[in-house]
Amino acid sequence: MRSPQYTREIPQRYRLEAGKCTGCGKVHFPPRLICDACRCREFEDTTLPREGKILTWTVIYVPPPNFDLEAPYVVAIVELEGGVRLTCQVVDCGPDELAVDVPVELVFRRIQEDSQADIIQYGYKAVLKRE
Amino acid sequence: MRDVYVIGVGMTRFGELWESSLRDLFVEAALAALDDAGNAGEHLSSMYVGCMSSGLFVGQEHIGPQLADYLGRIPIPATRVETACASGGAAVLHACLEVAAGVSEVVLAGGVEKMTDGADVTSALATAADQEYEAYHGVTFPGLYALMARAHMHRYGTTREQLARVAVKNHKHGALNPKAQYPFEITVEQVLNSSRVADPLRLLDCSPVTDGAAAVILASEEAARRAGSHPLIRVAASAQATGTIALHSRADITRLDAVEQAAKEAYRQAGITPDKVDVSEVHDCFTIAELCVMEALGYTEAGKSGPLAEAGETNIGGRMPINPSGGLKAKGHPVGASGAAQIVELVHQLRGEADGRQVENARIGLAQSMGGTGASCTVHILEGVS
Repeated sequence: MRSPQYTREIPQRYRLEAGKCTGCGKVHFPPRLICDACRCREFEDTTLPREGKILTWTVIYVPPPNFDLEAPYVVAIVELEGGVRLTCQVVDCGPDELAVDVPVELVFRRIQEDSQADIIQYGYKAVLKRE
Repeated sequence: MRDVYVIGVGMTRFGELWESSLRDLFVEAALAALDDAGNAGEHLSSMYVGCMSSGLFVGQEHIGPQLADYLGRIPIPATRVETACASGGAAVLHACLEVAAGVSEVVLAGGVEKMTDGADVTSALATAADQEYEAYHGVTFPGLYALMARAHMHRYGTTREQLARVAVKNHKHGALNPKAQYPFEITVEQVLNSSRVADPLRLLDCSPVTDGAAAVILASEEAARRAGSHPLIRVAASAQATGTIALHSRADITRLDAVEQAAKEAYRQAGITPDKVDVSEVHDCFTIAELCVMEALGYTEAGKSGPLAEAGETNIGGRMPINPSGGLKAKGHPVGASGAAQIVELVHQLRGEADGRQVENARIGLAQSMGGTGASCTVHILEGVS
């Protein structure tokens, strides 16, 4: 990944910035220019909640080269409070602690180290919400 | 719009074909299809080539003219079509449209992929998903289908063994296909004990990395009747639909919305219901994919595909034979070629020339191809008319 591309994505990766449709209220992450639900083109800025639950998960044993040293690792689809879904890693837990509907929260972590531009890339990962 | 017919088919052997370049593969398949079409090939006036990622796999873009050149067909229009792993199906669709519209009498549609030249295949395939919001986080293609598999197992009680049955069945069929990459049988135990790729999917749940090409010749009825030597095969439906690029954006992760939409449109065009289909070639890039596709095509209700696979209903000789060619799993999956190769198999089936893997009395065939996690989908229905 080149640095202009990475820079462009910082608002979503670092701060979970999303767009809320002023027409129907649907929250889009990442933000869009037109709402796929009502075709409205007006949005207001909003920030995603950090808490949610696991919808489904997998353990990646055969990774792409830039994740070579991390495998095996867990990737899940997380549904955040309010309904927005995203794909991210689930960390600091064993596979036996995972289940559908387990509560998680998003935290700020290092995602990968780029081989082309030599920049460390950050973003969100999920951790289990423990009582 | 006028009717369109398939008058010639051809494909290379699928496998790790280190001695063949991308252009060699495509030209071999295209020549076989042209030979199969007899003298109608002389009237070829346009070609479409499905290819997912020649840029990443071999460093070559702009393959339309390259392949027309090496096929000796300069100056006919030659266009590459890309819908990830459905590229071959989309090439066939655009060729059908051109003939149906009355613009051309004879058009070639094909697909090709050269995957074993040393590129990092896992990363290249991941570009069919959302790079910035899926692949960035380390999820692979098997990983995305594993997310679907886990959701399907959780919701419907689909079992690991039922998934394995899909691979076992497709290898059983592939063992009867001389063009298949893996023409041998495997057991449920071998699937369950194969190495982990993305839990719950294992190595033998996954289609392989493959070099290969396939091509079909499409023609108007007049040109088809002039060509003459084969039973007439009519394209009864040619449909395409689109779904969200990211798996996580789907309302239901176990449902392939674009496949449902494309199938609905295809059944409408053909004027048939799913139970009229005699033989199907579907996109079993992973075992779970074949199960979800069965449900999306309306072959069974949501959640009921696993038990059908387990009961052998999808075997040759079963109630709804699926992937007599061996499917992507055993025949191989040169991604841009697979959609076109499905049409090749259906034509052999409908002509009654599929030898040991022939589905008895096959008259109506359906081919379903999809790209990414189902964001692109094409469905074709072919009908033997003579």
